[in-house]
Amino acid sequence: MSNEGVIYRISGPVVTATGMSAAMYDVVRVGHEGLMGEVIELHGEKAVIQVYEDTSGIRPGEPVLNTEETLSVSLGPGLLTQIYDGIQRPLPTLEKEMGVFITRGVDADAFDLEKIWTFEPQVAVGDAVVGGQVIGHVQETDTIIHKIMVPPTASGTVKSIESGDFNVTQTVCVLEDGTEMQMMQKWPVRTPRPFQQKYAPDTPLVTGMRILDFLFPLAKGGAAGIPGPFGSGKTVTQQSLAKYSDAQLVVYIGCGERGNEMTEVLDEFPHLIDPNTGKPLMERTVMIANTSNMPVAAREASVYTGITIAEYFRDMGYDVALMADSTSRWAEAMREISSRLEEMPGEEGYPAYLSSRIAEFYERAGRVETLNGDDGSVTVIGAVSPPGGDISEPVSQGTLRIVKVFWGLDAGLARQRHFPAINWLNSYSLYPQSLDQWFRDNIAQDFPEIRTQISVLLQIESELQEIVQLVGSDALPVDQQLTLEVARMIREFFLQQNGFHDVDAYCDIHLQYHMAKAILSFQDAAKSAMADGALLNDVVNVPARSDLMRARFEKGYIDRIDSMVKKMNDEIADAVETN
Amino acid sequence: MTGKEYRTITDVKGPLVFLNKTEPVAFGEIVTLRLANGDIKNGQVLDTSDDLVIVQVFEGTAKINRETGVTFMGDVFKLPVSTDLVGRILDGAGRPRDGGPEIVADEKADIIGAAINPYSRQSPNDFIQTGVSAIDLCTSLVRGQKLPIFSASGLPHNDIALQIARQAKLKDSDEEFIVVFCAMGITAEEYNFFRSDLERTGALENAVLFVNLADDPAVERIITPRLALTAAEYLAFEKDYHVLVIYTDMTNYCDALRQIGAAREEVPGRRGYPGYMYTDLAMLYERAGIVKGKKGSITQFPILTMPGDDITHPIPDLSGYITEGQIVISRELHQQGIYPPINVLPSLSRLMGSCIGEKTTREDHKSVSDQMYAAYAQGRELRGLVAIVGEDALNERDKQLLDFSGVFEDKFLRQTRDEDRSIEETLDLCWTLMSSIDTKYLVRLDQKWIEKYHPDNRE
Ligand SMILES: Nc1ncnc2c1ncn2[C@@H]1O[C@H](COP(=O)(O)OP(=O)(O)OP(=O)(O)O)[C@@H](O)[C@H]1O
Ligand SMILES: [Mg+2]
Repeated sequence: MSNEGVIYRISGPVVTATGMSAAMYDVVRVGHEGLMGEVIELHGEKAVIQVYEDTSGIRPGEPVLNTEETLSVSLGPGLLTQIYDGIQRPLPTLEKEMGVFITRGVDADAFDLEKIWTFEPQVAVGDAVVGGQVIGHVQETDTIIHKIMVPPTASGTVKSIESGDFNVTQTVCVLEDGTEMQMMQKWPVRTPRPFQQKYAPDTPLVTGMRILDFLFPLAKGGAAGIPGPFGSGKTVTQQSLAKYSDAQLVVYIGCGERGNEMTEVLDEFPHLIDPNTGKPLMERTVMIANTSNMPVAAREASVYTGITIAEYFRDMGYDVALMADSTSRWAEAMREISSRLEEMPGEEGYPAYLSSRIAEFYERAGRVETLNGDDGSVTVIGAVSPPGGDISEPVSQGTLRIVKVFWGLDAGLARQRHFPAINWLNSYSLYPQSLDQWFRDNIAQDFPEIRTQISVLLQIESELQEIVQLVGSDALPVDQQLTLEVARMIREFFLQQNGFHDVDAYCDIHLQYHMAKAILSFQDAAKSAMADGALLNDVVNVPARSDLMRARFEKGYIDRIDSMVKKMNDEIADAVETN
Repeated sequence: MTGKEYRTITDVKGPLVFLNKTEPVAFGEIVTLRLANGDIKNGQVLDTSDDLVIVQVFEGTAKINRETGVTFMGDVFKLPVSTDLVGRILDGAGRPRDGGPEIVADEKADIIGAAINPYSRQSPNDFIQTGVSAIDLCTSLVRGQKLPIFSASGLPHNDIALQIARQAKLKDSDEEFIVVFCAMGITAEEYNFFRSDLERTGALENAVLFVNLADDPAVERIITPRLALTAAEYLAFEKDYHVLVIYTDMTNYCDALRQIGAAREEVPGRRGYPGYMYTDLAMLYERAGIVKGKKGSITQFPILTMPGDDITHPIPDLSGYITEGQIVISRELHQQGIYPPINVLPSLSRLMGSCIGEKTTREDHKSVSDQMYAAYAQGRELRGLVAIVGEDALNERDKQLLDFSGVFEDKFLRQTRDEDRSIEETLDLCWTLMSSIDTKYLVRLDQKWIEKYHPDNRE
């Protein structure tokens, strides 16, 4: 059999070819227009192909050509600031070739192959190099040095090494055995890139969102799931993380979601400054946009394209954060393809391998010792869109089994306009134990204890609320009424954070700590004043307290908060006398 | 190219016809079926191989038998487009329904439509004043947005849609929308209501209607919205019009989708609807927007009726996951005799933030909107509490909020079907109504707006 066959059947995005030698995951060209596809099943001499472009108008009998390559991404300088579709075609190139509507049959290089980069060698002739070793640097953007690495499978002794200006396809290094290396390499998307070992995470991914950093921290190299019904804040949260988290690189995958949301990121990011480096956010970002109306097979591939790019930067020793919005749409793409293959369905029509695919994907997160001995990480944050907001469904459950952080968005909170609408009672993070040392060393010795006090107060509040529902809050003893006031302060002053407010959207982790302390300080001051006879109402209504709370929307809060707390405490103490 | 006629039908099941080996037939190709009595039906290829072709028949499969002749038309479904479409009424498959001539085409456009390149989109940010206070204040509509009405049977969603179609305009501009109206499985009575209203106001001359009624073929509903959107895209992106697409009722569309899925013996998703319904709906809703370098725009106003008033039903649920917010109609408010019975609490416009404020509506818009919403939400919640503990147990603040929730419904929500309030009128009304609450409880209002707009501070 040759590498050329013919189409036997077309059913939506799934095409069957006969008469062609093929192996699993081979990339093929389908029909006269040469649409890109991938072999996903073999049946005797029939090869089943998922096609990454629209198949209408294609007929049985048209040719199919096997490229005999596996579905891969191109890796090299030029990745940053790009926006790709699910199979790594740059959307600006597609616009140039096709106009504003995405038609089909157009190939596009992942980045400009002609562009000249300055290659600074990091090895010398005669050096022994192994897979993953850095042979040169390219300053790709102001913030990011793109490290050119020996492909993971190669090794040997350097015979020649260049220095100076080259494009990504020119050879910059040759090994004694004749292996030539360019600045661009390829890697198959469905195969995790190798590393030496996984480390236990011990550093938080600091996000600037109070409820996340303080109550449910995520580790660099960890994985988090954000399930929530429509309109509850998954996308706003993911975009906040892309903007403010202290990852060095961000891969943002819009997987089967809205076109306008990607436009928003494209409009906004070039003008936004990374609070951690002071440079435009775009310079550390790679975007993948395979929106809901773009071909489902490419949607299926998009998460793999994204995570492979993330791993590649990890291998350079960077901390990479990857957001996938929404993994449910990825799962639905698998379901659609699977049903076209007439596979035996599992739960809710999803393929039986759904949960193992989800697990394999999140397993590609991690903090690792890279092949070159460096320390890098990929943190994965996946949005989940459960039907009707009910997380008993397979995608939510498959995700919760594997991730260690669960940020549960709540329709009720969103409706009360309590944002971020993350439910503090059922969300969790399994990382605090491994991260506490970092918080003690870098923020405050008593950070974990303060966190515990805050979450205990929230627990108590929820118990008290049940009683209040029955008898009204006036029936409670005053100390419990105070607890309710303190908890309300936690919710309104601390947990709520306006994702669109210039100042409030990002909260420095040190400031978070001071704000939490301010709440506990209020509690202490109020308790002691009330013990001396002050009235709850007077204590709660001291003007300095509302000043303190409102000031979080102003710049320079961190410099003023301690004096504002002191003023509040003084006024509370005065409330004893006035009484 | 019109090919040979085949008589190779083997099976007929629901809306589907199965044929044995024919010529190589394209996926998505258009098919005509000629019945023994000479009647013609139309269909489209859903699955094609060397051995078997599956055709979905739009007009239903009644009277089709093994003698039926099947011809493959050599092309996928296309709509002839031209500006002559404006002012016309077509049926659910794009044929004239108004007795007028066939559309003379400038060109023919594939009705599936290609995805807009996300990189080529332009963020929508022009405020559309609908003249309906609840919408303008709380769920502001933006040109290029897709904002559905989540309603239920027996509620006045059609009146609201029509009122919006009549009144919608860019603030301080007379530029009008072209309305593309797409009926899917609605009753003749509902349709006449729409048509006569459009006629009465003269809007019909500036509209294109695609009409599939309740007694028209159900499967045809699969293509009706695609025709409407194809016309809309042509008018918006080739002819620079601002187009408002109203389609009703998405629930009938989804039911047609379910019918085809069942006939194909697909593994159903929730409640029997196909697993790919999200993608299928997205292929419609995502055809809204504004693109770089084009003057026109498409704003979508889909109407759907929630079966059993249940917002978690797959039709509203999947729609909500795709659209940019939703306007929820409430049976309770309707029963209280309030028009328009819009429940602002679960309603949302996700693009609102980009279109309101000093430069577009008024500087106090956001602040007023937040405060009105919060006060109403608290007032509504207190109604529940009052039912248990009685009104006397409330403190002064709660009493005021409770009263306000009634005023909100009676004075703010309520307006007549032809009352077109400007955004300034709406905002001024809000200030008047909010003045029944002590300013110290209006914590979401910026002090500077209180000084400028509160009735106590204005003469
Ligand atoms: N942190 C926040 N601050 C302020 N507003 C928020 C925040 N999070 C969410 N919102 C509000 O909620 C709306 C919906 O949020 P978002 O688009 O993130 O929902 P989603 O969960 O991604 O929904 P879908 O599943 O439909 O995509 C936003 O448009 C905004 O009005
Ligand atoms: Mg979202």
